[in-house]
Amino acid sequence: MVRNLGTSIRLLVIFMVLIAGVYSLLVTGLAQLLFPAQANGSLIYRHGQVIGARMIGQSFTGARWFDSRPSAASYNAAASVASNYGPTNPALIKEVKTNLAAFLKENPGVKASQVPPSMVESSDSGLDPNITPAAAYLQAPRVARVNHMSLAAVRHIVAEHERGRFLGLYGSPHVNVLAMNLSLLAWLNRHHA
Amino acid sequence: MTVTGVLGILVFAAVLIAIAKPVGLYLYAVYDQRRTFLDPVMRPVERGIYRLAGVREEKEMSWLEYFLAILAFNLVGFIVLYGFLRIQGALPLNPAHFKDVGPHLSFNTAVSFMTNTNWQAYGGESTMSYLSQTMLMVQQFLSPISGLAMILAFIRGLTRRNAHSLGNFWVDLTRTVLWVSLPVSFVGAMVLVALGSPQNWGPYVTAHTLQGARQSIAQGPVGMMNAIMQFGDNGGGFFNMNAGHPYEAPTIASLMVQLILGFSIPVGLTYYFGKVVKDTRQGWTILGAMMAMFLAGALVMYHAEALGNPLLAHLGIHGANMEGKEVRFGPALSSLFETSTTAVSWGSTAAANDSLMPIGGLITLFNMMSGEVIIGAWGVGLLGMLAFAILAVFLAGLMVGRTPEYLGKKIQAYEVKMATLAMIVPTFVILGLSAWAVTSKGGLAGIYNPGPHGLSEVLYAFSSGVGNNGSAFGGLDAAAPFYTWTVGLAMLFGRFAMYIPALAIAGSLVQKQSVPESAGTFPTHGTLFGGLLIATVVIVGALVFFPALALGPLAEHFALWSGHVFGGGA
Amino acid sequence: MSIHELKSQALSSSAVSQAIGEAFRKLNPRWMMHNPVMFIVEVGSVFTTLDAVRLLIEGNASLFNFTLQIAIWLWLTVLFANFAEALAEGRGRAQAQALRSTRTETMARKIGPSGTIEAVPGTQLRVGDRVVVAAGEIIPSDGTIIEGVASVDESAITGESAPVIRAASGDMSAVTGGTRVLSDQITVQITANPGETFLDRMISLIEGAVRQKTPNEIALAILLAGLTLIFVVVIMATEPFSIYSGAVVSMTVLIALLVCLIPTTIGGLMSAIGISGMNRLLQRNVLAMSGRAIEAAGDVNVILLDKTGTITMGNRMATEFVPMPDVKESTLAEAALLSSLSDETPEGQSIVRLARERFQFTQTPADLGNAEFHEFTAQTQMSGIDFGGRLIRKGSSKSVPAFVKEQGGSLPPEMDGEVTRIGRLGGTPLVVAEGDRILGVIYLKDIVKPGIRERLQALRDAGIKTVMITGDNPVTADTIAKEVGVDDFLAQATPETKLAYIKQEQAEGYLVGMVGDGTNDSPALAQADVAVAMNSGTQAAREAGNMVDLDSSPTKLLDIVEIGKQILITRGAMTTFSVANDVAKYFAIIPAMFVAVFPGLEAMNIMHLTSPESAVLSAVIFNAIIIPLLIPLALRGVRYRPVGAAVILRNNLVVYGLGGLVLPFIGIKLIDLVVTALHLVSLHP
Repeated sequence: MVRNLGTSIRLLVIFMVLIAGVYSLLVTGLAQLLFPAQANGSLIYRHGQVIGARMIGQSFTGARWFDSRPSAASYNAAASVASNYGPTNPALIKEVKTNLAAFLKENPGVKASQVPPSMVESSDSGLDPNITPAAAYLQAPRVARVNHMSLAAVRHIVAEHERGRFLGLYGSPHVNVLAMNLSLLAWLNRHHA
Repeated sequence: MTVTGVLGILVFAAVLIAIAKPVGLYLYAVYDQRRTFLDPVMRPVERGIYRLAGVREEKEMSWLEYFLAILAFNLVGFIVLYGFLRIQGALPLNPAHFKDVGPHLSFNTAVSFMTNTNWQAYGGESTMSYLSQTMLMVQQFLSPISGLAMILAFIRGLTRRNAHSLGNFWVDLTRTVLWVSLPVSFVGAMVLVALGSPQNWGPYVTAHTLQGARQSIAQGPVGMMNAIMQFGDNGGGFFNMNAGHPYEAPTIASLMVQLILGFSIPVGLTYYFGKVVKDTRQGWTILGAMMAMFLAGALVMYHAEALGNPLLAHLGIHGANMEGKEVRFGPALSSLFETSTTAVSWGSTAAANDSLMPIGGLITLFNMMSGEVIIGAWGVGLLGMLAFAILAVFLAGLMVGRTPEYLGKKIQAYEVKMATLAMIVPTFVILGLSAWAVTSKGGLAGIYNPGPHGLSEVLYAFSSGVGNNGSAFGGLDAAAPFYTWTVGLAMLFGRFAMYIPALAIAGSLVQKQSVPESAGTFPTHGTLFGGLLIATVVIVGALVFFPALALGPLAEHFALWSGHVFGGGA
Repeated sequence: MSIHELKSQALSSSAVSQAIGEAFRKLNPRWMMHNPVMFIVEVGSVFTTLDAVRLLIEGNASLFNFTLQIAIWLWLTVLFANFAEALAEGRGRAQAQALRSTRTETMARKIGPSGTIEAVPGTQLRVGDRVVVAAGEIIPSDGTIIEGVASVDESAITGESAPVIRAASGDMSAVTGGTRVLSDQITVQITANPGETFLDRMISLIEGAVRQKTPNEIALAILLAGLTLIFVVVIMATEPFSIYSGAVVSMTVLIALLVCLIPTTIGGLMSAIGISGMNRLLQRNVLAMSGRAIEAAGDVNVILLDKTGTITMGNRMATEFVPMPDVKESTLAEAALLSSLSDETPEGQSIVRLARERFQFTQTPADLGNAEFHEFTAQTQMSGIDFGGRLIRKGSSKSVPAFVKEQGGSLPPEMDGEVTRIGRLGGTPLVVAEGDRILGVIYLKDIVKPGIRERLQALRDAGIKTVMITGDNPVTADTIAKEVGVDDFLAQATPETKLAYIKQEQAEGYLVGMVGDGTNDSPALAQADVAVAMNSGTQAAREAGNMVDLDSSPTKLLDIVEIGKQILITRGAMTTFSVANDVAKYFAIIPAMFVAVFPGLEAMNIMHLTSPESAVLSAVIFNAIIIPLLIPLALRGVRYRPVGAAVILRNNLVVYGLGGLVLPFIGIKLIDLVVTALHLVSLHP
C-alpha cells in the first residue's frame, strides 16, 4: 500500500503538470488565437462599453423592449439558478399566474391561451437569452405601438433573428432577445434619431 | 410530442449505434493491440511518465493489487483536491476573490470529484476560483479512468483462462490519459470554444445592459473543462446551471456535441467488450438492451414533458412544460438530454430536473436506481450491466439445466454472492439514507418542494450519489451539512461497493477454466437474452424501489392529473 | 419392504398425513433458520399474530378480523412450505428405514489367523478380515470374493428379485453387505469398516439429503437470501416514507407486503425440489454418492459409452453366410450349423438360428451321436466338431486358414476380400472350413440396441458429445460409430487410452461422464467428473465411481443426465416465477396501502380489487396457495426435452417468466372476487 501511495503521488503530480499546466495553456493559447471572440465571452460592445454577451440573457422589462423570459436568477450572470419548482408546488402556480397577468397586462389584446409556456415559466439557467418566435410576434404589436414603428417593421426584425432547429431535428426555433432589441435600437436610431 | 422531436431522438440513437464500433475499435487498438496513429507522439511521453513515476510497465496485478492501486490513487486525489479547496483563498488565479471552501463542502466536493460523481453542492461561478476549477478538472480527467480500468480488468477476468492477474492499473491509467482523454478533450474543447464557450482566465465582466442595469458576467476557462466534463461523463459544470448555462451550451449544436462526447466511450466500450471476448454479438446485445431502455425512457419523458402541466392549463397555459427549460433546447432535446444525463450518469443538466413533470422525474430516478446500467459512465455502466448479466445468466442457466456459464466461465456461488452484493449495497444506501433524511430534522429542513415531490428530491439525491451521477433535483439544500455528509457517504459507497465485488468477480473468473460453447449452452446474445437482461434490470434492479416511487413521483403524477397541489408553497 | 415397493407411495394418504404432522414440527425456529426466506415469513407470522391479539384486547373488531386472517394465511404459507419439504423427505426416510431393517445384527464367520473359524458380530468386521458365507446366510459386510462362486440375492438393495452370480477373480467379484447368498459357499475379504459400508452410506445419504447442498443450490440460496434481505430493507424504508407522506400503514400490511415480495415460492419449495430429484434417481435405482454428482451430471459435455452392452447388444449375431465361389450357400450353412449345435455361446446359437431360418435344417445335437467337439479357446481362436470323419472348424480369419493349410489345403483368393469387407461394415468375419477346404465366411454383426440411436441424437441435441469406447479396430469402430451416430470413438481402447482421452477433454474445459464396471475402468472412472459404476462391477469400480447403478444398466447415464438437468431447471423456473410474481403483488398492495393519503393511486389498482383490505388479503392468499399448487411440479420436476439450450430457455421463459408475470394478476383477482363474495374483510374502499 505504501508503494502504491508513492506511485500514486508521483503520477498525480505528473498528471497535474500535464493537465492543469501543459494542456490548459495549449487549449487557452490556441482558443485565444483561433477564436478570440468566443474565448473571451462573445462580448458585445457599444460605444466602447460592454453591454452584454451575445448568448447571455439580460432583463428587459420596459414596454419598448422585447421581454425576456422569467428568470429565477434575475439575470445575474454571476449566479445562474433555476426556480426548481416542482409541478405540484403551489408556488409554481402562483409564479405563472403572476407572470401571465403581467404579460397580459403589458400586451393588451393577447389571450392567455396564446401565451407560450416559456414566457410565463422560468428558464433553467436564469440566463436564457432566447424566447420563442411566437412569443416575439405576440409582443410585436405592443413594441410597435410604444416605439411608434409599423408592425411590419417590428415583425421584420423578429423574422431576421429567427433561428431554426439544428439539422432540422434538434432543439426549438428561437430568437435572441438581446439581438432583437439591439436591432430595434438600431432601427430607432436610423429612423427616429 | 412532435414527429420532429421523436425522429430526432430515434436518429440520435442510430448515431450512437453507429459510433460504437469505431470507438470500440480505437479502444481495442489502445489497450490490446497497442498500435495507434498517436504512438509516435504518445509512446515516448508514456515511457517518460513510467520512468518518472517508477512504474514497471510489464508487471501484472492480481485483483486485490489492482484494487489497492485504484484505492491509493483515489485517496491521494481526494486529499490533494480537498487541500486545494480548503486554501483556495490563499492561492492564485482567483480574480473573483472567493474565500476558502468550508470543510463540509470541501469533503463533499472532493469525494464527489474523486468518485466521478460531480455532485455539486455549490454554484461554480460563485464559489470556485479558476485554480480550483482547474484542479476539479484534473480529477475530471482521472476519476473516470478508475471506472474504465475496472471494466478493462473485468473483461480480462472473463477472457483470460487459468490466470491470476488482471493487468496493471498504472499502465491502464496512463494509456487512457494519453491516448483517450487528452486527445479527445483537446479536440472537444476547441470545438466547444468555436461554438461559443469562453476560454479565458480574466476577471468577471461587468456589462451595462440596454435597460441601463449592471450585469456581472462570469468568465473563465469554460471550454476546456466542458469538454472533459462531458467526455469523461463527469458532469461537474463550470457554472451552477451547468449545460443549461448559455456559456456552457450556447447553441443547440454545442449541446449535441456534448451529448455525443458523453456517450462515446460508454457505447464504444460495449463494442470493445464484444471485440475482446471475440464475439461482437455479445457487445451488440448489451448495447441493444441498454439502448432499448434508454429510448423507452427518452420517449416517455418527452411525452410527459410535451403534455405539459395540467394545473397550468386551468390558467389558460397550454403546451409543453417549460419551467426550468431553455427555449433553444425545447422539450424534446431537453428530455433527450435529461434522460441521457441520468442514463449515462454524467449528471450535467440542460434543464432543471426538479421542475420536470412527475413522470419525467420518474424516468430520471429509474435510470439511476436501476444501477446506472442503462449505458452508464466510463466502465461502471457496462460493469453494472455485466453484473446484471451474471444474475440473468444464473437464472437462465438453471432454466436450461446446467451450471450457468457466461462467456465460457462458470457462474458459481462466489460470483452470485458478489453480484448480489453489488446489487444490495446501493439499494440499502439509497433507501436507508432517504429514510433517515425524511425522518430527521436535518434531512427534512433541506427539502424544498412540498408533498410527494419532496420525497422525490431526497430519493434523487441519494440515487444520484450512489449512482455516481451527480445531477440533482436542484431544490434540495445540498450544501446543508446533513446532505454534504450523507450524500458524500452515498457517493463513496456507490463507488466502492461496485468496485470491490466487481473486481472480486473478475479475480475469481480469471482463474477459471473456460468451457467451450455447445448446443447445451444458451446463447448470451440476441433478442431473447437482451430481453431477459432488460427484465432483470427492471424487476431485480428497479422494482425494489416501487414503494418509494409510488409515494414520490407516482403519487405526484396521479395527484397532478386529478388537480391537486401540495402544501402552502415554498 | 424394498425400495421398489416404496415407489408407488408418492402421495398416499398416510404419507400425506405424516407430512402434515412433520410440517408442524418443522415450525421450530431452529429448524426454520436453515431457510432464511421462510424464516422471515415465520417471524412475520408471529408478529401479525401478536398484533391480532393486541387488536382483540383493544376491542378493534374490524381490524382484528383482517389481521387475524392475514396471520392465518402467513402461518399457512410457512406450513405449506414445510409440508412440501416433509413430503419429499418422507419418501427418502421410508427408503432409509427399509434399508436399515436389512442391516440386522448379522453374525459373521471370521477366519482367524490360524485358519480357525470364529463367530463375530458383523459390525465388528474390519477391512482385510476374511469371512466365510454359506448358502442361506447374509453377507455381513461389503467385500470381494476371494474364493468360490455363489448366486446372491441382492433384492434388498436393488429390488431385483432375480439372483445374480458372484465369483472370485473377475469383474463380478464384489458383494454387498446385507445381501443373501442363495447357493454354494464363498470366502469374502472385507473391504469396508463399520459405518462405511455401502448400506451405511446409502442410508446416511438418503437421510442427509436435506443438509447436503449442491453448488448451484448454494448459489441460488445466496441469491434468494440477497433478495430477501433487499426486500426487508425496502419494507423497513417504506415505513418512514409513509410517515413522511402522512400515510398510516399498519405493521400487518407491511409484513404482508414483505412476505409477498420475498421469493417464498422458490424458498418454500427449494429443498423439496432437491430431495425429490435425489428420490427420482433412487427410483431409477441409481445411488448418487453426493448431490454434487447429480448436479454435475446435468453439466456433462462429453459422455463415454462402452460399445458392447450400451450401444450394441452384448453379443454379435450371424446375419449372412458368404460362401466361396465353388461352394453352395447351403453347404456352408450346414457346416456352420453342425459346428455350432453344441456351441452354447450366443454367437453359436445365432448361427444355428440363421441356418435353420434359411434352409429348414432339422438336425439337433442328438443327431450328432458321438462327435468330438472342440471348444473355442483363446489360444486356438476357433471351435469345431469332428463328426463322421468330417473336420469342421469355424473361427478367426487367422486361425481357420492356418488349420486349412495344416490339412494341406489352399486358400481361395476371394476369402481375404470378404473378410476385409465384413470388417469394414463393422462386423466380425467368422471363417468356416471343412477339412482342407474353406467353405466361406459367416458375417457376425453387432446389433445396435433398439432406441439407442434416438437417445444418442437426444444427447447431441442437448449439446452433449458422445464417445464410443471399443476394443474393435478403428475400421470397425468407425462403421458402428457412423451407424449409431456417436460423435467420436476410441478404438482398441485400453485403460491408459481411456484415461488419456478423459484428461484431454477435461483440459479443454469439458465435463466428462462415463459408465464402467471392470477394475480396469477404475482409473478412468476416478478421473471422470460423473462416473457411474455398475453395481455388478468390482469393488474397485464402485469405489471409483460417484454413482452406483443398482440395475447395472449401461444406458442409465442418460437418465442421470436428464434428472440432473431437471433439478436445475425446476429450481431456475420456480425462481423466475417467484420473482416475476412480484409485479402483480406490487400492483395489488401498493395502491391499497397508500390510496387513503393519495386517492389518485387508485388508478394503479388495475385489477380493480374491491378494497384495500381485500387486496392485501387476496395477495397474501395467492402467495400462500401457490406453494401447495406447485408441490406436484416440484416433486415431479419441470419436464426436460433435449431440444437445445436456446429453445429450452425460450420455452421456460415464456411459461415461468411471462406466466409468472400474468398468472398472479388473474389469481389475485379471482381470490378477491371470492373474498368479496364471502365478505371476509372490510369492503370499504
